Amino acid sequence: MRLRALRRMALVRLAVAVPLLLAVSAVVFLLGAASPFDPIYQYYGTRIFTAAEADVARTREALGLDEPVWRQYLDWLHGAITGDWGISRTFGQPVAEVVAQRLPWTLLLAGAGLALAVLIALALGIITAWRPGGWVDRAVVAVAHSLEGLPTFLLGLGAIAAFAVALPLLPAGGVSDGTGQGGVAATLRHLALPALVLAVAQLPWLILTLRQQLLVSLADDHVTAARARGLPERTVVLRHGLPVALLPFVTTVGTRLPELVTGVVLVEEVFSWPGVAEAMVKAGLSVDYPLLVALTLLATAAVLAGNLLADMAVVLLDPRTVRR
Amino acid sequence: MRSPLRSLSRSLVALAVGLGALTACSASDEPAGDSLVLADPYEDDTLNPLMGFAEDGMSKIFDGLVTHDAQRKVVPALAAEAPKPSQDGLTWTVRLRSGVVFHDGSTFGPEDVVATYRTLLDPAAASPLASSYQMLKEVRQTGPDTVEFRLRHQYAPFPHKLVLGIVPSEKLTGGPLESSPLNTRPVGTGPYRLAEWRRGERLVLTANERYWGGAPAIKRVTVLFVPDDNTRAQRMRRGDFDGTVLPPALAGTFARRDGMTVHGHDSADYRGVMLPQKHPVTGDLAIRRALNFAVNREGMIKALLAGRGTPAYTPVPPALREYADPGAVFRFDPDEAARILDAGGWRTGPDGIRVKDGRQARFTLMYPAGDSVRKMLADAFASDAGRVGIKVDLAGLGWDAIEPRMDRDAVLMGGGTPLDPDLVAHGLLHSSRAEDGFNNPGSYRDEVVDKALERGRASLDPSERADAYRTMQRRLIENPPWVFLVFLEHTYVMRDGWSGYQPVVDPHVHGVLTWGPWWNLEKWRR
Repeated sequence: MRLRALRRMALVRLAVAVPLLLAVSAVVFLLGAASPFDPIYQYYGTRIFTAAEADVARTREALGLDEPVWRQYLDWLHGAITGDWGISRTFGQPVAEVVAQRLPWTLLLAGAGLALAVLIALALGIITAWRPGGWVDRAVVAVAHSLEGLPTFLLGLGAIAAFAVALPLLPAGGVSDGTGQGGVAATLRHLALPALVLAVAQLPWLILTLRQQLLVSLADDHVTAARARGLPERTVVLRHGLPVALLPFVTTVGTRLPELVTGVVLVEEVFSWPGVAEAMVKAGLSVDYPLLVALTLLATAAVLAGNLLADMAVVLLDPRTVRR
Repeated sequence: MRSPLRSLSRSLVALAVGLGALTACSASDEPAGDSLVLADPYEDDTLNPLMGFAEDGMSKIFDGLVTHDAQRKVVPALAAEAPKPSQDGLTWTVRLRSGVVFHDGSTFGPEDVVATYRTLLDPAAASPLASSYQMLKEVRQTGPDTVEFRLRHQYAPFPHKLVLGIVPSEKLTGGPLESSPLNTRPVGTGPYRLAEWRRGERLVLTANERYWGGAPAIKRVTVLFVPDDNTRAQRMRRGDFDGTVLPPALAGTFARRDGMTVHGHDSADYRGVMLPQKHPVTGDLAIRRALNFAVNREGMIKALLAGRGTPAYTPVPPALREYADPGAVFRFDPDEAARILDAGGWRTGPDGIRVKDGRQARFTLMYPAGDSVRKMLADAFASDAGRVGIKVDLAGLGWDAIEPRMDRDAVLMGGGTPLDPDLVAHGLLHSSRAEDGFNNPGSYRDEVVDKALERGRASLDPSERADAYRTMQRRLIENPPWVFLVFLEHTYVMRDGWSGYQPVVDPHVHGVLTWGPWWNLEKWRR
């Protein structure tokens, strides 16, 4: 019963996802065509200053840059369907290779950021809901509300100023030490600041949702009953209150995924993290269609898949959602 | 007093940490004595010479048929001896060095040279360097170790064009170069091979132990990409690098630091104001001459470049001693500028701006918005011009926006190479290159200059060439095409303790992996 519901959910989402991804790719091409940047400058670099007009025109033709947008789009679509994602002009290598080299770094950063955010949110959400009105609760709620309005890049620059410059504890950017030595320990040290910034940027929503839901569920009859039976407070909160509050929390994590994706773009840029999001900024500035489209689709797919997973998790956690 | 037990436990901890670090990184730790860490603000998009990587040579990874010595003389590299021209100057024969191997173990031979140059000329490959080799008609193998280059016209500086890095023929499979694996995994014959390239972060080179010129003493070179000038200076101070390039003012802060040396390199890297002939104001000879007398070049160098620069009057740098004409200069003389303008019919109007036939002496000067040095020079130029009654409006734009307006509006441009005057001046000033892309964007036309440029590239006689370029420079003073302002001095900071440094004159393109203080890195040692 539950399995069938899950499958149906996945199929419906997939049916929506395919036309959506097509539409997104078309929009990227249209936006690229309207962009003021000319990809030929990227291709030539400083060579443009000595290049002859006729040679530049010939290069445009050889690279297919003189074709109308719809033509370029159809060429790209044809390639993408047959598994050829094209060549990234910015990186001078196949798009698949760029993504393969950079995606692990982004997954590491986004995964660490998300895990940190969920763990911290769980801890703080439980503490604040358990003792509402206490000094911890008041402090956390106040800080969370003010963080809601703070842009991620500002948070990143602030973190660099505080922990890399004023107190030189952590490196300000990159993924390894200058000489390229240091291994896993060095990577973890470089991961700490960007992952923390990414987590903190997502925290307010997660903490406030969990706190609110916990406050509601702790007032539920079954919790009152548990308390009346004299169960220890630990058991009451973690076993009786938390499971009910977790459902909306999981949904919130799912809906925050688009924000996480934008957050990764900004954090990678600020911390020179060699992931796909940093590559996306470069691709955008030089109208590198193949890479730009691939990365936009990847981000869209990540959001869709994330939402699907969150909804599936809710179904698995709570059988009531199936009976509708 | 420290207890022996505690110090023992401390050493054990240190040992454990050290072992952990050793196992954590797979690469073996080289002793610090033969590895060098340099920081560069620029990162190449590609490491393929056919895509424009190190177009002036000195790439570390690749060798051309020839290279240059510290005096910019052409010396054979993959060629066994200097390239020989035929009697008519239309054919150049190059005998190749034998026993050279590429980094991948394959043997270097004439087929590699032919494949490299044919790909360069192949329109389907779309090499961005093709325009620089317009004189080249074809290349073919004429013997077991000789190749022959046929030219379209006589071209004396041709040996300088042979610095192009040679790649293995097996790696050139036709089709557009933008999908070539050499872009990210270069294979050359040079003193260093690529070990790792992590975009936006670092590039690591290791010594080519089978290098034909002898294995380099420095075994590992790490280039870190740090675009921000202040960050680079900060990290240089902290001792993160053995050397880097910094703007003059920042480099100056290292001058009195122990264990560090600041090197200033003269360059052929000019900055100047291109004046379009089609604009009714800048097309007027009196205006162009007056502007050349009105600008205070020495003042700009002192105030804006911390004294690091040389005044420029023509695109031929004083560093090219054999070609530069010491008499082809403008003195700073605003009164003379005023006299020229008066004589030319430009009378001062009511608002201080000169007027001729109802037209104000006023034009727009564009500069690339992201370049702080050009912005400062543009500001200074506008203020000097204003003092003699010429109003200059400034516009900071991107190159995409500048290009379509270059035939009508002035631009603050830069470029240059110290190798040969033809390489700088022909594209810039010859009438046949008028409005050909960024070449001669202002459509400058002068018969004397055209003739001199043609004579300079056709003759193989050094003294006749020198005479031709001196004639050109004197004519450029009489009929100035631009207001050339300065040749920049490039400044570098280096940690002491390395030997092998030899100063050179830099071209426009400079840095860590090309021309610059590390141009001959393969000969350095601790």
